[in-house]
Amino acid sequence: MSENLIRGAAACDVDLSGVENEYSAVNPVMPYLRQERIPHIWCPGCGIGTSVNCFTRALSDSGLDLDKVAIVSGIGCTGRVAGYMNLDSFHTTHGRPIPFATGLKLANPDLRVVVYSGDGDLSAIGGNHLIHAARRNMDLMVVCINNFTYGMTGGQVAPTTPIGPTQTTMPYGNFESSFNLPFLADACGAVYVARWTVYHVKQLAKAMLEGLKKKGFVFIEAMSPCPTLYSRRNRLGDGVDQLKYYKEKSIVKNGADTKEVGLTYQGEIVVGKFVDRERPTWLDSMNDHYTKVFGDRFTRVGASHDEN
Amino acid sequence: MHADPKGVLTGTHFIDGDHAACEGALAAGCRFVAGYPITPSTEVVERFAQRIPLVGGVFIQMEDEIASSIAIMGGAWAGKKVMTVTSGPGLSLMMEHVGLAAITETPCVIVDVQRGGPSTGLPTLPAQADMMQVKWGSHGDYEPIAICPNSPQECFDLMIKAFNLAETYRVPVFFMMDEVVGHMTERVVIPPADQIEVVERRWSAKKPGDYRPYDTGDDMVPDMVKAGDGYRIHITGLTHDERGYPAMNPAAQEKLVTRLLDKIRRNRENLVDVREDGVEGADVVVVSFGITSRVAGAAIESARRKGVKVGHLRLIIAWPFPAARIEALAGKVKAFVVPELNMGQMALEVERAVAGKTKVIGITHAGGTVHEPEVIEAKILEAAR
Repeated sequence: MSENLIRGAAACDVDLSGVENEYSAVNPVMPYLRQERIPHIWCPGCGIGTSVNCFTRALSDSGLDLDKVAIVSGIGCTGRVAGYMNLDSFHTTHGRPIPFATGLKLANPDLRVVVYSGDGDLSAIGGNHLIHAARRNMDLMVVCINNFTYGMTGGQVAPTTPIGPTQTTMPYGNFESSFNLPFLADACGAVYVARWTVYHVKQLAKAMLEGLKKKGFVFIEAMSPCPTLYSRRNRLGDGVDQLKYYKEKSIVKNGADTKEVGLTYQGEIVVGKFVDRERPTWLDSMNDHYTKVFGDRFTRVGASHDEN
Repeated sequence: MHADPKGVLTGTHFIDGDHAACEGALAAGCRFVAGYPITPSTEVVERFAQRIPLVGGVFIQMEDEIASSIAIMGGAWAGKKVMTVTSGPGLSLMMEHVGLAAITETPCVIVDVQRGGPSTGLPTLPAQADMMQVKWGSHGDYEPIAICPNSPQECFDLMIKAFNLAETYRVPVFFMMDEVVGHMTERVVIPPADQIEVVERRWSAKKPGDYRPYDTGDDMVPDMVKAGDGYRIHITGLTHDERGYPAMNPAAQEKLVTRLLDKIRRNRENLVDVREDGVEGADVVVVSFGITSRVAGAAIESARRKGVKVGHLRLIIAWPFPAARIEALAGKVKAFVVPELNMGQMALEVERAVAGKTKVIGITHAGGTVHEPEVIEAKILEAAR
């Protein structure tokens, strides 16, 4: 049993004797996690762990060879996901998991590469990479955990923060317009765009499963509570209160026009699968184009990937 | 082992330094390049884009230099030899990933075709003013390797060395060209593939389960695996332990950073690469690198015709700096003369090595063209007096 697990359990006054076997036997999630790194760093009520649970179920259902699945994260609370997954995993720099993943994918097209990071990492500092990877239809699945704030640094305003709530760098309430991320991803050419919350665990896991099987740029936004900073500072209650909000204010609209799915402060949340279309990936386009240009002299890059 | 013949354009060519650098990379086995256009380096990636489809590999023009410099890290962890190419402003943007390459020990080559700065400066004109940036530009302590070619032929030859050192030591290697070396066209002889020695990646022979990404032996360089082979590695830019897991405490920091520095510092003597001409018995030694070494050569010949005993010590590898060699000469010569296309960068390093034992005369130049040989000669004559 890992020292961390023992230490964590001791701190919480929990008896773990015999637990590891029990975990392994009864918890289907554990084989997908680096058990020696548990407990994780996330706060009580945070939804990132729930999303990871959904992701492990999607991995499990996908039938993918897990040796061929790589996960790349940036920096921030969600940036720690890569470190807990029992996959080839890369914890990169702030905002740059998408270009790292691009290099990983193009240098070994046999890999199914997942980018798992937060809204600040992907849409602020990493915004340029997000839009260009979508434009290129790079064959990546991007999971964006949106908690409306910078959690790791103490609750600063994010590009996703709706107008109204207080953040440490918007001490009198946010007055800056926010991104509608599904609309952004859609407009830039993503072939699969969905939004769910961590209340919608079945739907989120299903979207991740579809995303894992989809070829091209997949963007899944998962709304997740930040009870420690965002909720507490704005007196929105704890994690459970945010889940209640997700439950009460979410409206499922599959195929919704992404222009119409922008979020407001504690307002209605349109969830669903918004985009599911086909478009050649960057690598397919390169291979097809060079086959036309060079004929037999050209060997397709990642030929085995073509067959999938 | 020998170069893969697919990447080797054996023959005699009349090409510029940028093109020769690209051919060197292909011969060295580079099969993934991510880049972003910037004068005066763009021809390197243009040629790579043109050549790579039939060699077998990928080029991608990224959205900026930040993306380029981390896309190659992904490429390296997928198992390829990788390179990115830029000039001053792009190099500034890449600095964070120099640190990432250093701490994750990702082998990569970063080509910097230097131009006048700061900022946009002189896009089409030469300088050698990025020498300290590549040494110190990313935050934290690290030891890069920097190589300074002075001709298209060396752009080919030394590029192979750059890749070999990146793989041997698992560090970012800077290839410090400048606008003149990049754009001058000369004869370049590319030998047959079986005469080109390339260093393969240090692949681990261990099985998944037995392998830990940052276990090292006596040489302090860990063996590597790649994504997709079942090792389930975790690689992070955080301070980490031998498993690759975050370990954020002073002891882990001390251990990791010390090893990252020592794997270069303790191999400093193996990494010395200087070309010496008439240094023994000289009264004055000119220390130069890159394009300035060619200008200095003309000045040295002229001074010798006037009877001055002047030697030339040319830095092929500028980082790590050959301090021991300079120090050994310090008591024997009247002065070192250090011409460079910047306002005094490597001259500081010479001063540090001689520690006051000998005079060091820097010849600065703000960039935009090369020195007048007469200016260098005048300083040599002055130093010899």
